[in-house]
Amino acid sequence: MGEGLIEAEIVTWKVAVGDVVTLNQALVDVETAKATVELPSPFAGTIVTLHGEVGDTMQVNQPLVTIEVGAQSAPHANEKQVVHDETTVNRREPVLIGYGVANEDAAVVRRTRRVATGPTKESVVLDVPDSPSGPVRSTPPVRLLAKQYGIDLAAVSPTGRDGLVTRDDVERARSGPVGPDARRSPITGPASSSRFVGREIASWSSGPREERIPVKGVLKSMAEAMVQSSTNQPQAAVWLRVDATKTMELLEALKAHPNFAGVRLSPLTIAALAVCDAARHFPGINSSFDTQNNEVVVRRYVNLGIAADTPRGLIVPNIKDADQLDVVAMASALSSLVQTARSGTTTPNDMLGTTLTITNVGPFGVDAAMAILPPGTAAILCIGKIAKAPWVVDDRLAVRQVVELAMTFDHRQVDGALASAVLAHIGRFLEDPATTLLAQ
Amino acid sequence: MIDEELVQLLTPEGERVSHPDYTSSLSGEEVLSMYRDMVIVRRLCNESTSLQRQGQLALWAPLQGQEGAQIGAGRALAPMDFTFPTYREHGIAWCRGVPPESLLRLFRAVSNGGWDPQKYRHHVPTIVLGNQVLNAVGYAMGVQRDGAEEAVLTFFGDGASSQGDVLEAFVWASSFNAPVVFFCQNNQFGISTPSSTQSKVPLFRRARGFGFPGVRVDGNDLLACYEVTKAALENARAGGGPTLIEAYTYRMGAHTTSDDPTRYRVEAEVEVWKHRDPIERIKALLVREYHSKPAAFEAIGAEAEAFALKLRDDVLAMGRPDPLSMFDNVYAEPHPLIDEGRRDMVELGIGGGVH
Repeated sequence: MGEGLIEAEIVTWKVAVGDVVTLNQALVDVETAKATVELPSPFAGTIVTLHGEVGDTMQVNQPLVTIEVGAQSAPHANEKQVVHDETTVNRREPVLIGYGVANEDAAVVRRTRRVATGPTKESVVLDVPDSPSGPVRSTPPVRLLAKQYGIDLAAVSPTGRDGLVTRDDVERARSGPVGPDARRSPITGPASSSRFVGREIASWSSGPREERIPVKGVLKSMAEAMVQSSTNQPQAAVWLRVDATKTMELLEALKAHPNFAGVRLSPLTIAALAVCDAARHFPGINSSFDTQNNEVVVRRYVNLGIAADTPRGLIVPNIKDADQLDVVAMASALSSLVQTARSGTTTPNDMLGTTLTITNVGPFGVDAAMAILPPGTAAILCIGKIAKAPWVVDDRLAVRQVVELAMTFDHRQVDGALASAVLAHIGRFLEDPATTLLAQ
Repeated sequence: MIDEELVQLLTPEGERVSHPDYTSSLSGEEVLSMYRDMVIVRRLCNESTSLQRQGQLALWAPLQGQEGAQIGAGRALAPMDFTFPTYREHGIAWCRGVPPESLLRLFRAVSNGGWDPQKYRHHVPTIVLGNQVLNAVGYAMGVQRDGAEEAVLTFFGDGASSQGDVLEAFVWASSFNAPVVFFCQNNQFGISTPSSTQSKVPLFRRARGFGFPGVRVDGNDLLACYEVTKAALENARAGGGPTLIEAYTYRMGAHTTSDDPTRYRVEAEVEVWKHRDPIERIKALLVREYHSKPAAFEAIGAEAEAFALKLRDDVLAMGRPDPLSMFDNVYAEPHPLIDEGRRDMVELGIGGGVH
């Protein structure tokens, strides 16, 4: 599936247990760090077991699917008993162009076809890896080092992948158990790793003193977009605190309604409808500044961008023509957008042509943020945490569900008056969504 | 038409068009035989992609979409001409008679090459980007000094056109008037970088700056690729010096099995190129002009299926090389450092036996 990969996530099964498959029929889509790829069946036969579910991450050498191969459905006549590499995700050691497969003898799980129960039936069996009775796995420089130290590699406990004896292993075997590093402060900090710029980084206690991460992929796109936007677009913001109690009540009521069975509803659904409604009332907010032609482009459609926090990092896919969607359609468009983003299958098309954007920082537990505009757009609405707070109702203090809205805008074509009118419109929508929706 | 300077003899709909400099000389039988080549090479490519996904090949570089350019160029070669490919020239290897299973040995990582280049007059793929172009010019200068009537055809992509090796090769070929034809398949992407980012002028126009002619041909038009290549090779053999051919085409698949093209290009563009398929337009021509019957196409399809199954068997039956064999072809003659390396490996207990 790719070079140097160690795991893959199951995206979609295209077969089920009991299905009869032909040679090279698509079995499953899996996503690796590099690509989402379709795995074709290496056998014709019947699916016996799927070893993982959608969303599961499969490691190298784990079995993925078991296929029973009947003699009559064998790929073609005259087939001999052939030993195949198994069909698990990624059974090879890292491969580089021009360097071949490294250590192919390693714990390669092999699958052989054997006669199982009768003369006309064969089945696919997953063999255990070759027992480690072969030569000890290591690299020539490490073998040389061991030789120089007079250390028997077979006596060294390996820590490398698939039982590889590393240089450190040999050094450790020579000097005995290593004590704690004296230079390290006794205050070590948490040992759990965390995510940063779309990758897992080592914890405070286990990581190096300084670490350099190459700027590429989603990180690079985010950095470039933010620099482009903050360099070219003068940005200002307006704030508004809103009583969102009725929004929350409406969501509760809708969730109970059969029309919304299976649809994921959240305050974001209502906010998305509010932004589209505001654009219809104030098209100026849905504009862009075309410096090349010295024109401002007003659009009478909304491609609604949603800032999505994904395992890879921040991406902003959009819902095309979101202004045409009703509550149900908006809710399902949002959930499919989020699902696609999380599964890493968002395409460049999905991210093209955003006109307005929403970023929802509420789930992170903060009240508000001053967002930076996605390049070429005139406004981004930031929604904060929705929480109970004291609120004045009819001159008396009440406990209401309150949210802070902040909207950043491009001050070249949008002025404070228009931005305020737009945000006030969105605020009114969230304060009384049912009435506004019915009045549309 | 993509632009006025594009040489095209057959439209995407399979209708002939005339060109002032080139006329198709191929008979109906020849066109059908080249259609068969394209179908088999595409099938080879599909099977190899599956074999890679099934763990039987370490890597594969798909050529789908480029069959017209490769079979057109490959069939224009004379037997003694010499070719220097990239890792995507499966169609050229096929035309040169390289056994397909030999082609796959490299991709299964059981060989550093796979065949004897002299036997097939086809060099093993060069993985170092663009380096084969420099090698080809050196070889062509050798041909020149031998006084042989041969031409050298070398391949690279739009991505490699930015490599220093390729541009140096242009300089040397031009200075020495070497009998070499540069065949650039502009498949629009250097991995994920669009061709338009890498070159601000159409690639074929670069030749003029180096002092030799450049031609842009519709890379999905088999007939045009054949005629343009044939003329350039004849010109080289006759002492006319180098030509740059830019075959304007599109890589329908990924760069290799390691990447995912949906992440760097839009689906609409792929759809446009689907309508320019090199195989479909030849099929349309065969039906319209030569009245080829469905049975003829079905027979070729069945042959391609049988071919794929045999290829699969051949790949699965390949053994593993002795690790010590990696020392065999580093130098043609014994070399003390290589010998020492081999001795050390034996001493450390690696290789020497059957794996």
